[in-house]
Amino acid sequence: MSETAKTSTTKTGGKLHVGVMQSELGRARGLGSARSGTHHWWAERVTSMALVPLTIWFVIAALRLVGHTRGDVAHWAANPVNATLGAALVIVTFHHMQLGLQVVVEDYIHAESMRMPMILAIKGAAFLLGLASLVSILKLAFMG
Amino acid sequence: MTDTRDALTIARTSDGRLVRRPLSPHLQVYRPQITSILSIMHRMTGIALSAGTLLLAWWLVAAATSDSSYATVSGFMRSPIGLLFLLGWIASLWYHFCNGIRHLAWDAGFGFELPTVHASGWAVVAATAALTALTAIAVVMAL
Ligand code: HEM
Repeated sequence: MSETAKTSTTKTGGKLHVGVMQSELGRARGLGSARSGTHHWWAERVTSMALVPLTIWFVIAALRLVGHTRGDVAHWAANPVNATLGAALVIVTFHHMQLGLQVVVEDYIHAESMRMPMILAIKGAAFLLGLASLVSILKLAFMG
Repeated sequence: MTDTRDALTIARTSDGRLVRRPLSPHLQVYRPQITSILSIMHRMTGIALSAGTLLLAWWLVAAATSDSSYATVSGFMRSPIGLLFLLGWIASLWYHFCNGIRHLAWDAGFGFELPTVHASGWAVVAATAALTALTAIAVVMAL
């Protein structure tokens, strides 16, 4: 890092502080990566694209189950196409959700001590809730 | 450099001087516009849908558990508060779905001209209203 990085003054007179011992790499760390930095963004788009047909399918399927018994739901899930699409919907939805909620937390929670615990809690809850939904669909499909 | 915000706002000009990048005018000085309202609504419906996944998981787990636990979920969903939740979830889903497609079109590089942005925004509002009404009617008829 060059000498000019030490301190500088804005037009309004406010000092800009830059750690003398901090390299450009040090400044960039934790702010995203040049190689994997787009992964999160891309995963949110891929799950969104998958959710377009899955959502339409799910709404129609759910509407046809309104007013029916648990046995009817089990019968519905016993069809492999329904079980497969249902499992896909659950996996993609919960993945999409935790990616999205992470960004919301990153945008609004500035205290480092709060941010990471909240993100981890969201990921843990999404994982468990998604897994419970998936296990339930599989149980309905295989065991009624 | 004290925090990440500095790291993001402090930059170097081409001749090597450190400058603070200009900040956009603050949100609160803007008049609400269709663009900004729809944008924040995408986030709000995303959060509402996230809360709604609790209902989805409850429904699936109950269906996999027993007739009586399924009856409890069904009972809740048919109660006035349950139906209100359901209506909110359906409206959120269709809004987020339609505006999500709008987002994907932008990501693919389409629809950035201001008149197009306004037109697609109103199209999302209209489609959400129509799909929500249609779905709500279908639910009521099936009850
Ligand atoms: C129950 C299902 C869903 C849940 C729980 C959910 C949740 C979320 C959340 C929490 C966000 C983050 C919002 C933000 O950063 O402001 C988000 C963003 C997004 N969602 Fe969904 N979503 C669901 C369904 C869908 C569907 C069906 C689509 C279809 C197109 C979709 C498309 C998108 C897109 C494109 C974004 C990124 C928007 C942006 O760039 O800010 N989502 N979603």
